[in-house]
Amino acid sequence: MALLEVKNLGISFGGLRAVDDFNITIEKGCLYGLIGPNGAGKTTVFNMLTGVYLPTDGSILLDGTNLVGKNPAQICQSGVARTFQNIRLFGKMTVLDNVKVALHNEYNYSLASGLLHLGKYKKTEAAMDQRALEILDVFGMKEYAGLLASNLPYGEQRKLEIARALATNPKLLLLDEPAAGMNPNETAELMDTIRFIRNKFEITILLIEHDMKLVTGICEKLTVLNFGTELTTGTPEVVLNDPEVITAYLGE
Amino acid sequence: MGILQNILEQFINGLRSGSIYALIALGYTMVYGIAKMINFAHGDIIMVGAYALYVGLSILHLPAILAILLSLVVCTIFGVVIERVAYKPLRSAPPLAVLITAIGVSFLLQSVSLLIFGATPIPQESIVKFAGIKIGGLSISGITVVTLIVTTICMISLTWFIQKTKMGSAMRAVAEDKGAAELMGIDVNKTISLTFAIGSALASIAGILYVCQYQSLKPTLGAMPGIKAFVAAVLGGIGSVPGAMLGGIILGLIESLSKAYISTELSDAIVFGILVLVLLIKPSGLLGKIRKEKV
Repeated sequence: MALLEVKNLGISFGGLRAVDDFNITIEKGCLYGLIGPNGAGKTTVFNMLTGVYLPTDGSILLDGTNLVGKNPAQICQSGVARTFQNIRLFGKMTVLDNVKVALHNEYNYSLASGLLHLGKYKKTEAAMDQRALEILDVFGMKEYAGLLASNLPYGEQRKLEIARALATNPKLLLLDEPAAGMNPNETAELMDTIRFIRNKFEITILLIEHDMKLVTGICEKLTVLNFGTELTTGTPEVVLNDPEVITAYLGE
Repeated sequence: MGILQNILEQFINGLRSGSIYALIALGYTMVYGIAKMINFAHGDIIMVGAYALYVGLSILHLPAILAILLSLVVCTIFGVVIERVAYKPLRSAPPLAVLITAIGVSFLLQSVSLLIFGATPIPQESIVKFAGIKIGGLSISGITVVTLIVTTICMISLTWFIQKTKMGSAMRAVAEDKGAAELMGIDVNKTISLTFAIGSALASIAGILYVCQYQSLKPTLGAMPGIKAFVAAVLGGIGSVPGAMLGGIILGLIESLSKAYISTELSDAIVFGILVLVLLIKPSGLLGKIRKEKV
């Protein structure tokens, strides 16, 4: 069964139809790319998938349950996590705390236990620290744990966003332009990381990207979005040689 | 010796009132940090706490510890319910609408208290029976000692709670980026409720300490400490927790020293004058950070 099934998804902002009749089916474990020219509505699709925007019509099924109408926190708890096109880390918090915030729903202790510093509090916080460090270690960022997130170099901040998203224990990870602003070396490293986390955490990844080297390098399937509607779907070789796609990107 | 002793006494008085301002200012600053609103009804929660203590002690004849608990519980419930009923529906409304609502809630609380308890000040004996201490020639009253100890404990525990618990880091995350925090699975409504609950509990403690100091209650008793604490929060940099503590204490010291050595009548003018100066030099307050907008 497909992990994510989006049917006839659409959204209007006043008179503007930003996304119309968008369909996508993503199999479990797939590395899927969503591409298209600027302003095509890719991030809008992400915002609908994560509950930031309420779709005007259509349905989003994750493992058979409908996500439409749930708030972002509930959708995150159902197993969808994301990163942002413009980095949105908690800059005034440490790298470790950024990851721990995302562990919020998996570890619990009562308010009383937290206020009074009881055993359950200490045990849980220690377990959270350990888990957060494990995740950071996957990204080779363990040594940055105590730094403020805003003090990290740009590339590391992008990686931390992915680490933070993974900490919510998602089934589906949405990456919004993960390679934006990276140099070719960093992008190559990022491609390895994305492949690695897909295998290690056994998750499904949907990414938006403009860097065609990254897209063709790691995506198994692509959907092209243009003016809010789906242009075509298929394997990277087929899609990128489609004359319609070339026209959409480069013009006639 | 005499002058030095006098200065020290004024200094300690300033610390006492300043630490109460700090306690109240924490409520303003935390709510501002998380809900991005000025809760002008916060000062009146002090009044609610004071009257709840009075009801517990003089009407229900509860032992002091239970009366304190009653005051804490009542204030916490008031804070959470006010947020749910009055502010939550306005979460995406313009800030001016929220501000006016908060002022409305403030008047509502004062008027209801006026209806129930009347305008005549009600005397209430202090629950602090401890006479105070003498160090050398310096005497410090019992309520001052208790106030300093209680407020110090409150501020340390709050700082620790915000820095070291998962609820605290959820609060910091929501304060910084509500949208991103929500997308990481944090229940923003719960976090905002918790913030109001903590702020109101601190206001209740401030109310109790206030009653013990002045031993009299009236429906508008929260207004002046409330507005001063708001000034303290702005002085320290609104949104900053250490800033609220620092701002409160500085404000208390300035007030006490200017009352003693310059003029009682002018002390408020001096306090607000210094606020104006600080804001002219550093608009974000002493510990506030200026947000740089990217163009």
